Amino acid sequence: MHPVSVILRVLLVVLSVAAGLIWVERRLLGLWQLRYGPNRVGPFGIFQVLADMIKIFFKEDWIPPFSDKPVYFMSPAILVFTTLMSFTIIPFVPGLYVVDLNIGILFFLAMSSLGVYSLVLGGWASNSKYPLLGSLRGTAQMLTYEVFMGVSLMGVVMLADSFRLTEIVEAQKGMWFIGPQIVGFVIFFIAGVAEAHRLPFDMPEGESELVAGYHSEYSGMKFGMFFVGEYIGITLISAIITALFLGGWLGPGFLPPIAWFLIKTFILIVIFILFRATFPRPRYDQLMEYGWKILFPLALINLLVTAAIVLA
Amino acid sequence: MTVIFYIAAAVAIITTGLALTRAHAVHALLYLIISLLGVSVVFFVSGAPFIAALEVIIYAGAIMVLFLFVIMMLSVGKANIEQEKIWIKPRTWVGPGIFSLILLVLFILLVSGFSDTPINSAIIAPKQVGISLFSKYLLGVEISAVLLMAGIIGAYHIGRGRGKVKHRFMEESQ
Repeated sequence: MHPVSVILRVLLVVLSVAAGLIWVERRLLGLWQLRYGPNRVGPFGIFQVLADMIKIFFKEDWIPPFSDKPVYFMSPAILVFTTLMSFTIIPFVPGLYVVDLNIGILFFLAMSSLGVYSLVLGGWASNSKYPLLGSLRGTAQMLTYEVFMGVSLMGVVMLADSFRLTEIVEAQKGMWFIGPQIVGFVIFFIAGVAEAHRLPFDMPEGESELVAGYHSEYSGMKFGMFFVGEYIGITLISAIITALFLGGWLGPGFLPPIAWFLIKTFILIVIFILFRATFPRPRYDQLMEYGWKILFPLALINLLVTAAIVLA
Repeated sequence: MTVIFYIAAAVAIITTGLALTRAHAVHALLYLIISLLGVSVVFFVSGAPFIAALEVIIYAGAIMVLFLFVIMMLSVGKANIEQEKIWIKPRTWVGPGIFSLILLVLFILLVSGFSDTPINSAIIAPKQVGISLFSKYLLGVEISAVLLMAGIIGAYHIGRGRGKVKHRFMEESQ
């Protein structure tokens, strides 16, 4: 398949999934909270997203006169750019990927660490109290969770003997890595929730304390970019977990490989949404303590034990 | 590949220059980050993808974020920018500039003696980097680990609690 056609397909699927998730999330939250959610526009309210998109495109795009304009414009673009770039390395099925880098996982980690700038710069460039507080929180949170996000993946790398994602999926033919790497899976999932700053780890936004956190001063489609970027982030983390821990496209033969990949990813996305419906937001210091004192040592121990078993 | 190398190198050099001459600290840092990304592309096209990825993860993604974090907390105001503007007047940089120019000329003379080898001669896989790190350069790895340990102990020492009541209001009332 021609690379451009693959890129276009991946881009189209990812963007439409991310937009569709807004509706899915609201409906599922409604289901779990014993209410309806959006159900007026089209069958089951499915055109709600379309209506919202049209609305957000026509909204006044107010640029705060006190902001640092170039940086202010850059920030939402960085978020969408870095998350979309990470999709280049995801192997959906054999042959359907944009690029098969030999540093695949590292590329994903690099892009997610660059994604921090979106929060930091967005909050700083807005030049106002609440966004700055939100971005300070976001920086500390994402730096913390990035550390053991990387460490928790190294067990998988050791078992598969490669950073290349296609090889990692192939290595799971016998058993999915969620079995031997269950600790790594749990830690990576939690870190992924924190990286996508979703509830319960959405302190950078924390609407009960910080208005809307780092994107308080954004309006119109710039806010829309942050909003859609969050859903692209959820899809990304789910797809990465599918490839690294849940055997990617592997599955019994009665469904095509791509269907397995999409089903697994979708289940993980639903778990993300269930998290939002279930957990209350912790206090900020609890979040940091939880990260440094529990998850980080656990990730290191997991790494050591895996290394010992692989070498033995 | 050679074209990409020259573009990335040019970006790195230009943004480093811009980082030096900005009066606003955050803008200077942003240029520095772009310069680091440019250097990472240079590594990538010269066949060292592992180092390129680590350059982005560690330098551009972690250390520079910490720099930015600190500068944000310091809240650089108009006064600082004025101060910086005074510092980057020609009178200040002409002296160091001349000395740097002499060094640059020496460097170019040295480098011009080298025979040019093509870039992208061989791509070094992460595995090879790991093997050479833990066999040939093991001592270096161990020494840097000790150095980092010293850093951690120092940070722990500075950041440890006083062992008193934690809340500031409760401390006063006692």
